[in-house]
Amino acid sequence: MTATADTPLTRATPRPQPATAPAGRNREQLVSWAFLAPFLIAFALFLVWPLAHGLYLSFTNQSLTGAGGSWVGLDNYREALTDSTMWRALGTTVLFTVVSTIPLVLIALVMALLVHRGLPGQWLWRLSFFMPFLLASTVVSQIWVWIFNPDIGAANAVLGKIGIGPIAWLQDPDVNLYAIVIATVWWTVGFNFLLYLAALQNIPDQHYEAAALDGAGPWRQLWSITLPQLVPATVLIVMLQILASLKLFDQAYQMLIGLSTDTTRPIVQYIFESGFVGYRFGYSAAISYVFFALIVIVGVFQVTAMNRRRSMS
Amino acid sequence: MRSRQARSPGQKRFGIGRVVAFAVLALMAIGWLMPFLWAIATAFKTEEDAASDRSWIGSEGPTTDAFGAMLSNGNVWIWAFNSLWTSLVITLLTVAISALAAYAFSRMRFTGRRWLFAVIVAAIIIPPQVLIIPLFYEMLAFNMVDTPWGLMLPQIVAPAMVFILKQFFDGVPVELEDAARVDGAGRLRVFWSIVLPLSRPVMAAVAIFVFIGAWNNFLWPFLVINDTNLMTLPIGLQTVIDAHGIQYAQTMAQAVLAATPLIVVFLFFQRQIVKGVATTGFGGR
Repeated sequence: MTATADTPLTRATPRPQPATAPAGRNREQLVSWAFLAPFLIAFALFLVWPLAHGLYLSFTNQSLTGAGGSWVGLDNYREALTDSTMWRALGTTVLFTVVSTIPLVLIALVMALLVHRGLPGQWLWRLSFFMPFLLASTVVSQIWVWIFNPDIGAANAVLGKIGIGPIAWLQDPDVNLYAIVIATVWWTVGFNFLLYLAALQNIPDQHYEAAALDGAGPWRQLWSITLPQLVPATVLIVMLQILASLKLFDQAYQMLIGLSTDTTRPIVQYIFESGFVGYRFGYSAAISYVFFALIVIVGVFQVTAMNRRRSMS
Repeated sequence: MRSRQARSPGQKRFGIGRVVAFAVLALMAIGWLMPFLWAIATAFKTEEDAASDRSWIGSEGPTTDAFGAMLSNGNVWIWAFNSLWTSLVITLLTVAISALAAYAFSRMRFTGRRWLFAVIVAAIIIPPQVLIIPLFYEMLAFNMVDTPWGLMLPQIVAPAMVFILKQFFDGVPVELEDAARVDGAGRLRVFWSIVLPLSRPVMAAVAIFVFIGAWNNFLWPFLVINDTNLMTLPIGLQTVIDAHGIQYAQTMAQAVLAATPLIVVFLFFQRQIVKGVATTGFGGR
């Protein structure tokens, strides 16, 4: 913590600013708030206020059309908790989170371990694995809708050669969530890959040198140095991935446009549909808060688990 | 960004392990590039070939018809222009207001500093998707629905970036600034001419990530923009699909074109982006 304004005695020359301490402190206050003002105004207008107003709306029957708006107490929440569509959407979201997080972390780890060996072609590996992350969800969805086309898509063409399929990737309600997982892994694994790569570069070389002197081969080094050293990074990556996966919407919505999504509707899509298709702003705000509660619970759980780990070691 | 080149004494330059690692890596890279290469191949086919011929080059040979048809749709140029300028404005505003606030939190003493910073850090966890209903309501009240400001303003609040920049400023030695302040330079001046030049790499990392996020953002622009002339690229391209139904060569042509600018950005800023992921970690998504 620096205390430039409060420690004039440590300076070689006296401060040229106003002499009296209270005036100086007041000035410092004023300057601070001037620096903070632009962000705080935006923060209040576009984050704090909507968050509070959303909570209020969730207790009303406000409609997008402007109608309604009267206080209905807990009705929206009561309805949400007995709404089977909402529960199914929550279930879909949690299932997607579990099924996507595992490959998104493991594949990223394998990629980073291999690239970190210093094989030739570094920029090409990084480009191949990270490039999809730069694409808009629209582009990703278009490419995978094309690949997953049941009649003329590449996925079934490849599987057909080894005698599998054809699979109705996006049309079959039992399969389409996994199709979205595949597209998502392709799209976003590069981000975790770069996080792992950065973590690998932070492992001090001395560890490896010492192990090599002790005669440890590459496998032994991987198991007894690299992987244990990657535990903190893995905890962070898993946490971030879970929070990111819970927010599933863009690619799921766009890949399944025009198809039935009854069994694959993520919770964010249900928020969007109740509000902007069903015009029920109040109800939609209530579901938003159910979703927010889920995120907060997961976040708090993760932070406590991390702190416990830290205090144990 | 350098990788560990040092090999343990037992490891040979062309050891079996290295060959296997290379093979696995090459297979994964091909797997990861394949969907995009297939999209490019499709974009250079005729619509008939795209719908029936699964070879890499269709029976009618490569053609740029799909690109031509796509680009003759004047809207695509408008959308690209909208994406570019709104993303630039969002980036500029986000970086400016976040850096000023982060600097105040790092260097200045004011009442409520601690709890205010705690509030901002806590706000990192709020998913933007939770706010769409009240934000839309607010934009209606401000008459900003279907305007560029309604598109941009809600995107400039990035608590994670304030946190990242504050952490960075905390690590910059304060002596240089003190010297300048003794010479009578004001806070803003010190910030502008001493702190900003020192923080160029972290600013670049933050800016690149804000830009990518804004360029690719889907949900908010999709909700707030209805006017074809105000759409960004992701939203506009989505409407083309809805209207045309299935025209795979054209769809892939536009996917390839929409992807190109960011791939160029990546090739130019590869070092900063790779470092940026490490520094901005959780802010990047």
